[in-house]
Amino acid sequence: MADALVEFDSVVKRFGDFTAVETMNFTIHEGEFIAIMGPSGCGKTTTLRMLAGLEEPSEGEIRMQGRVMNHLPPHERDTPMVWQSLALFPFLNARENVEFGLEMRGVDAAARTKKALEWLDRLEIGEFAERDINSLSGGQKQRVALARSLVTEPKILLLDEPLSALDANLVIRMQSMLTRLQRELGITFVYVTHSQSEAFAMADRVVIMSRGHIAQIGMPRDIYRAPENRFVAEFVGRNNIISGTVKSTSGKMVTIAGSLGQFKVALGGVHQPVVGDAASFVIAADLVHLSTTKPKAGNMIECSLISEEFIGSVVTLFLEAPDGSEFKVQIQERELSDMDLKHMGRVFVSWASDRAHFIGAC
Amino acid sequence: MKSDRVLKWFLYGYLALVLIFIFAPIIFSVIFSFNSDRFPTIPLGSFTLKWYETIWQDPDVWEAARTSLIVSFSVATIATLLGFATAYTDYRYRFKLKPLYLALILLPPTIPLIIMALAMLAWFAKIGLAGKVASIIIAHSVLTAPFAMAIIRLRLSQMDATLEAAAWNLGADQWRALRRVIVPFCRPAIVSSFCLTAAVSFDEFAIAWFISGLNKTIPVIILEIVTGNIDPQVNAIGSFVFLTSITLVVIAQVVLMTRDKKEKVNHG
Repeated sequence: MADALVEFDSVVKRFGDFTAVETMNFTIHEGEFIAIMGPSGCGKTTTLRMLAGLEEPSEGEIRMQGRVMNHLPPHERDTPMVWQSLALFPFLNARENVEFGLEMRGVDAAARTKKALEWLDRLEIGEFAERDINSLSGGQKQRVALARSLVTEPKILLLDEPLSALDANLVIRMQSMLTRLQRELGITFVYVTHSQSEAFAMADRVVIMSRGHIAQIGMPRDIYRAPENRFVAEFVGRNNIISGTVKSTSGKMVTIAGSLGQFKVALGGVHQPVVGDAASFVIAADLVHLSTTKPKAGNMIECSLISEEFIGSVVTLFLEAPDGSEFKVQIQERELSDMDLKHMGRVFVSWASDRAHFIGAC
Repeated sequence: MKSDRVLKWFLYGYLALVLIFIFAPIIFSVIFSFNSDRFPTIPLGSFTLKWYETIWQDPDVWEAARTSLIVSFSVATIATLLGFATAYTDYRYRFKLKPLYLALILLPPTIPLIIMALAMLAWFAKIGLAGKVASIIIAHSVLTAPFAMAIIRLRLSQMDATLEAAAWNLGADQWRALRRVIVPFCRPAIVSSFCLTAAVSFDEFAIAWFISGLNKTIPVIILEIVTGNIDPQVNAIGSFVFLTSITLVVIAQVVLMTRDKKEKVNHG
C-alpha cells in the first residue's frame, strides 16, 4: 500500500449543538482515488471542507504528510478544490481563471500564461482560452475548473460533487476523463458525491458516511457485495434485508429463523454469531432465483407479485412476502417475458446460502 | 380580450401622466433658460443665450460650482468606501448585534433633513468645522453612505457564496481575495454607487444650506438668486444641474443593467 498522505485522527466537527462529523478515523493514501459518499447531511462535504481548511475540526487532528493541518488557513494549504458550483470567476476569462492560482504563488506573467495554456490544451479546451467564462458550456466550464485546480500541480485534488449539474451523457464522459487524468497525474483525488454510480465507477476506495459516521470503507465491489451493516446495505443498490435470530451455527454456516422462515447463511469475515442473537442478512435482488414452481429445498420464500419496474435490459420486480414485507428481485427482461407472470400471482424466490451476506445484529 | 386592451391603454396613459408631472417643470425650466423674456410667460420671447452668459461671467456661480464638484466627488468616494465596507461586513460576518448594526447604518435617510441639518450645524459649530467645505462633505457622506451600502449589498447577495472561498483555496489570503475577487465582482455596483451618491450630493439643498456658510454649493446659490428676484439665470443653472445629475444617474443605471443582462443571458 502506498504511503499515507492524509490522516484523520479522531476528528470531530460540531456546529453549535449539531455534530456534523463524529470521531472520524481514516487514512487517504498517496495517489489513490477515494470517493466519500452518503446522503445529504451525512457530513461528507464538511469532511472535504476540513481538508481544504474552510472548517476547523472541533476535536482531533488532520495530518497531511505527518504535519498537523488543523489551524493552517486555506491559502497556505495546497489543497485545490473543484466546487459543486464550479466557482469560476465570472469577471475573468478562461485563461485568467486558470492563471489565478499561479498568480497567487507569485509566478511571473509569461510563465503563468504558458502554463495555463498548456493545461487548457491538455483538457482539450485550448481554443476557448480567451473566451468569457459565461459563454462556455457546462462541460467546458467544468474543464476550466479542473485546469484551474490542477495548474499548480498539487499533491491532492478535492472534488465536491463536480458532475451534479451536468446531463447524464456528459457525466459519463467526464467520469472517464477524471479517471484517466488521475491515473496519468498520479495525484490523490478525494471525490465527494451522493451518486453511487459516480463513486463506484471511478474510485479505488469508497467511504460511505451516515449521520457524521463512517459506515464502511472499502473497494466498490466489496461495498456492493459485502455491506457491513444495514445502512450500507440499504444505501447501495437493491438489497433485501431479512432479520431474525440465530438458531444454530455449524462451522461457516449459520441458520437464522425469522417471520419468513429459516434460512442458511454462509459466514464470511469477522462475525461470530452466538445462538439466540438477533441477526440479519442481505440477499441482493440480482442474486435471487425466481420460479413459478416450488424449488425442492434450500432458502426460499413464497411471494406474490405486486409490481414491476422496467428500466431496459433489466427489470425489477416488487414482491410481497407472507409477512407483508417487500422483496425485490432483478432479472433480465428476456428471462421475465419467458415466465408469463400474473399480477398477484404466486412466485418463489430462492438463493444459494453463499449468495446471502451476514450483517449481524444491526 | 377587449378589457385587456383597455387596461393596457389605461396603464400607458397613467405612465405618461406620471412622466409628464415629473418632467414638465424641468422641460419648461430648460425652455425658459433660452427665452429672452425676464418673466416665464407664454408666448415666448426670442431665443437667447444671455442668461447662460450671465452665469458664465458670475464668479459666485463658478465658486459654487467648484465647491459642489469638490463636495460631490469627495462624498461619492467616502460614501462608496463606507458603503462597500459595511456591505462586505454584513455579507461576510455573522455577529450578535448585526440587526442593530444594520439598523444604525440605514438610519440616516429616515431622519428628517431639517433635523439632521440642524443637528449637524450644532455639532460642527462645537468642533469648529462649521462653514467649512469639509463639514458639507461629512454631512453628505452620512446621508448617502446608506444608498451606497444598499447598492453594493444587493450585488454581493448575487454572488456565488463559494467564489471567495475558491480564491482562498487557490492561495489568496483574505486581503488579496478581497482585492482580486470581491471588488472586481462588485465593480458595477461600485461605479453606480459612486455616480448615485455624487448625484445626490450635487443636488442636496437642505443640509448644504444650513451648514455651508460662505462655501455655497450650487443649490444654495440658486436659492439666493431666486430670493432676490425672479431671474431666468436660475433656469440656466437648473438646466446644468439637471444635466449633471441625470448623466450620473443614467451612467449608474446603465452600468448596473448591462451587467445584469449579460449575466442573465449567460445563465440561461
